[in-house]
Amino acid sequence: MKKFRYLVIAFALGSLFSCNSNSEKNTDTSDSAKVKKAESETILEMSIYNLPSHWTTQNGEEIELKDLQGKVVVMVMIYTTCKAACPRLVADMRNIEKQVPEEKKDDVQYVFVSIDPETDTPERLKAFSKENEMEDDKWLFLRGTEADTREFAAVLAVNYKEISPMDFSHSNIISVFDHRGEMVHQQEGLGVDNKETVQAIIELAK
Amino acid sequence: MKFYSPALFLVFSLLFCELAAQNDNMALVKGGVYLPLYGAEDQTVTVDPFLMDIYPVTNAEYLKFVEEYPQWKKNNVKTLFADKSYLTNWKDDKTYQGLSNAPVTNVSWFAAKKYCECQGKRLPTIDEWEFAAMANEKVQDARRIETYNQFILSWYETPKTFNNPIGKNFKNYWGIYDLHGLVWEWTLDFNSVLISGESRKDVDKDSNLFCGSAAIGASDLMNYAAFMRYAFRGSMKARYSSQNLGFRCAKDVEN
Repeated sequence: MKKFRYLVIAFALGSLFSCNSNSEKNTDTSDSAKVKKAESETILEMSIYNLPSHWTTQNGEEIELKDLQGKVVVMVMIYTTCKAACPRLVADMRNIEKQVPEEKKDDVQYVFVSIDPETDTPERLKAFSKENEMEDDKWLFLRGTEADTREFAAVLAVNYKEISPMDFSHSNIISVFDHRGEMVHQQEGLGVDNKETVQAIIELAK
Repeated sequence: MKFYSPALFLVFSLLFCELAAQNDNMALVKGGVYLPLYGAEDQTVTVDPFLMDIYPVTNAEYLKFVEEYPQWKKNNVKTLFADKSYLTNWKDDKTYQGLSNAPVTNVSWFAAKKYCECQGKRLPTIDEWEFAAMANEKVQDARRIETYNQFILSWYETPKTFNNPIGKNFKNYWGIYDLHGLVWEWTLDFNSVLISGESRKDVDKDSNLFCGSAAIGASDLMNYAAFMRYAFRGSMKARYSSQNLGFRCAKDVEN
């Protein structure tokens, strides 16, 4: 038994250093082809649900990105201490939500991802959602690790940089994803005409 | 049995340590303070000590990686993580063209990042890369030395240096080769650059980061060379790849 325990420790150590889960490393190509095929049936190639990132919600729940699968997802990256652009982005999101017809509202999830995970704790995100009267389930606020956030931003083509401890410069992009996580539309800029974004959501939502 | 267990544990930990700690071929960059071309309002940046690969990752090394992690092979890679130009010069999943000790190029940011993670390393940040790369053979910060800038700018004008083998350009103050003269390199936070022409319209205008002053100020040669690098980074997306863009890995210094 003791030996077994050491083995477990050794493997645990090993997995700490490995770049990802064991399943990812695959020396047998034919196997990997099978795996790939199986995966492609569930998660499409361009789907953001290929990202293995973990997030915490404003309610302190731990989720994976792929838990959002099955709804139309509208995403924006913000930070709660932001004074200039973010309130307008929040307003834009609210404005978009208002224009989605009642019968389709349930099929759409609105997600705010923090670019300042250090400051934006779940408590802070919760407070932010209250301040903005976005406590309904359709508003989701997420905070991840710095690395996952950077990677997620890379997927959304959102660039950002910390310019002082409380301030970030960042792109203002609202992205729309279909039920399987493929990006269908991006709206760039502040307070721009959101007709196309709304249209994209209405076309997708059931 | 009692004898076995610690022995087994040792063997396993040695195995894993060997896999995890490939610090050979890395050089220590002692870090320090520098003023980057683009930063927070003319503030200097402190770079902590870190380890950096002495050479960029080569074709042969990258082949080994895709054999071990087949989901990064040319024909397996997901389009979310790499566009069509990924490993475009490779004849098939196992055959690269050119020299085995030439730098691998046409790899996306996702691929480069994953490669480094699989070596127990990471990509260097922009600040780490720029800090290490401001050294010439003799001094840590050679940015005001004319020959240093001439070398970089004449390289920018030389076509197809990505076909050359690694280790032929100067070994810098830290013992690192090819930061200039061979290929451009991915950085971990390449998407913190907000100076692409396209981002003019979508970037927070209130910031001091991007109001043109930095670019106008970038008039001397030293800044011109760096400006080119920042502009290139700003124009890239994480799934793009390019034939003159390779990478090398970095690592935190363990206490």
